[in-house]
Amino acid sequence: MKIIVCIKQVPDTAEVRINPQTNTLIRDGVPSIINPYDTHAIEAALAIKDVHGADVTVLTMGPPQAEAALREAVAMGADDAVLLTDRAFAGSDTWATAFTLAAAIKFLGCDIALCGKQAIDGDTAQVGPAIAEFMDIPHISYISKIEAVSADAITVCRLMDEGYDVVQAPLPVLLTVVKELNRPRMASLKGKMRAKKIEIRKLTSLDLSLDKNNLGLEGSPTQVKNIFAPEIKKDRIVIGGTAEEQTDELISILKAVKCL
Amino acid sequence: MQIKVDRELCTGCQTCVASCPYDAIVMSEDKALINEYCQLCRACLSACPEGAIKEYGATTASQAADLSAYKGVLVFAEQRDGHAAHVAFELISAGRRLADTLSVSLAAALFGASDTEAEELIKWGADKVYLCDDSSLTRFNDEPYSELLSKIIADHKPEIVLAGATAVGRSFFPRVAARLHAGLTADCTSLEIEEGTRNLLAIRPAFGGNIMATIVCPDTRPQMATVRPKVMKTGAYEQTRKGEIIKIERPAKPSRTKVIDVVKEDSNFNISLQDAEVIVSGGRGLAEAKGFAMLGELAELLGGTLGASRAAVDEGWIQYGHQVGQTGKTVCPKIYIACGISGAVQHMVGMQSSDIIIAINKNPEAPIFNIANYGIVGDLYEIIPLAIKKIKGERGI
Ligand SMILES: Cc1cc2nc3c(=O)[nH]c(=O)nc-3n(C[C@H](O)[C@H](O)[C@H](O)COP(=O)(O)OP(=O)(O)OC[C@H]3O[C@@H](n4cnc5c(N)ncnc54)[C@H](O)[C@@H]3O)c2cc1C
Ligand SMILES: Nc1ncnc2c1ncn2[C@@H]1O[C@H](COP(=O)(O)O)[C@@H](O)[C@H]1O
Repeated sequence: MKIIVCIKQVPDTAEVRINPQTNTLIRDGVPSIINPYDTHAIEAALAIKDVHGADVTVLTMGPPQAEAALREAVAMGADDAVLLTDRAFAGSDTWATAFTLAAAIKFLGCDIALCGKQAIDGDTAQVGPAIAEFMDIPHISYISKIEAVSADAITVCRLMDEGYDVVQAPLPVLLTVVKELNRPRMASLKGKMRAKKIEIRKLTSLDLSLDKNNLGLEGSPTQVKNIFAPEIKKDRIVIGGTAEEQTDELISILKAVKCL
Repeated sequence: MQIKVDRELCTGCQTCVASCPYDAIVMSEDKALINEYCQLCRACLSACPEGAIKEYGATTASQAADLSAYKGVLVFAEQRDGHAAHVAFELISAGRRLADTLSVSLAAALFGASDTEAEELIKWGADKVYLCDDSSLTRFNDEPYSELLSKIIADHKPEIVLAGATAVGRSFFPRVAARLHAGLTADCTSLEIEEGTRNLLAIRPAFGGNIMATIVCPDTRPQMATVRPKVMKTGAYEQTRKGEIIKIERPAKPSRTKVIDVVKEDSNFNISLQDAEVIVSGGRGLAEAKGFAMLGELAELLGGTLGASRAAVDEGWIQYGHQVGQTGKTVCPKIYIACGISGAVQHMVGMQSSDIIIAINKNPEAPIFNIANYGIVGDLYEIIPLAIKKIKGERGI
């Protein structure tokens, strides 16, 4: 069985703040990490490998420094790593990203493709299902449990707004995973050694013979028009006094809005 | 296109360096330099106080599509168990406003529900409904939904297509957009029409809610977007409103994925978070699971339900179903009482559109006070028990 995991290197958004005066991101010392959801996708692939045997390849599209994310995944236990990098990919929106990743996955071949539910920088959750469409294979989103895997089919739980669905699909299939699925393993010492030495395979638009019209900025229907800081409500009233007085005030507010 | 620094104008202030999400701006000979890591995200363009960072080379249209061939607004009306979901009415209201601005008609697509539900959509403001009433579609399945919606779009060519940013909308809309080479903006919180161009301005949070971005699709149609539930208000319901229902066939192509079972999870509260008018929400400041029993008592007295921050869920004090925020639910109650929640952006994006926010927190510097209408600086373990006692006292319980 061949499994490809798409991973993205992202800034740790928990530590990104915006400077309201200048409207800029404050990124001093904000580290780059593997998108947290993608570490769960890696774990899912490795867990399938542990039970059924599989060849696990991690794939990322990004600038040269994204190699660090691939090495981290190899340290966790991925067998192979591929970096899709090319100036022609710059400025890709989710359409162009999915188009490019789908071409690479077709080129490499796989039975199961795994993605995180969403990337924490854009939070779009669009790349996974779009890759499946470009590959003309089925996809199942937000999987929270893998019930069964065989050589030609998979059964999983898909997290929905009011519970979950049990869904079955034939292979090849693309799955996007949520955090409830598993706990990503730590890198092993052996893995770390391999990660240091492994040669990362690089692919460009030429290797995949891709039409430039579908890549990068040109292939991207969406454009960012502008970026601004979220506005914050200003009309704040501070309720002071003793706990007793504060509670009385709280109750009179609740009464005023007919909540009591 | 390329983004470059005009070295004449650059003062070397380094403001842009911090603005770059990709670490692609470095200082070279006291001037900013954009290196090959640049992803053309444009974040630095507005950051430069001198206007020294510029775009070079016009953006090319990827398709020479005739944009004027596309007319009208289409919303995907989600149903649950055959009944139109609340988000469908929200989208109809948002879509109605856009359609009126553009002077075009508003259509809805409804799969797996009956004529009665289609009529409801018309009463909420749709002009016509494309209805596939095949009962096999009552259970959501990506492939038939993608087939049907792609066909409706190809046949009727709407300029704007919207869905809720729900589990359903976010799963199958990307497939449709991929197939049609259409731009899709995820999880929008506001939609406007740009004067002059008729372009949709889709506004959404990014980077975990730290920034807002306006996304446009100037060269392609349709312009697609998923819209966060509970952000748009529903419009007027007119009992006598008339419209057209157009029946469509279910897709001939069999689906490869099969939904074997649908499991609804009940929370220990009978009011769902997204429908609640009052939410009493707790965070790490509760310090222990027992705190939620106390908040639950208050919530019950107020006829509301319980919410939680991720920190409280991660501690295992309450189930994930109660989590509010970026990775939990978006809520918009009349009253949101945040107890012992610091107000991380990831939490605030999920509750900041509540009508009234009351925050109880020991720390006067907690960011939650920036968005709270009423801030109580104090110990929740003093205030809440007192409030419960007083309310019970007044009711004679
Ligand atoms: C990708 C990503 C997604 C995320 N998604 C979400 C999400 O969906 N929802 C979410 O909530 N978070 C989310 N987070 C986490 C978020 O960044 C914060 O870590 C979290 O919201 C903090 O929860 P908290 O406010 O309960 O805890 P803390 O930040 O620890 O705040 C506790 C507060 O309680 C106050 N306090 C303590 N004792 C008392 C007392 N006795 N009386 C009154 N006040 C007291 C303290 O002053 C403090 O302000 C996400 C993070 C990431 C990186
Ligand atoms: N540049 C990329 N390289 C590899 N995988 C990606 C990339 N962008 C997105 N993905 C995958 O798609 C998922 C969803 O991303 P997004 O649609 O951007 O929220 C991520 O969790 C990754 O698995």
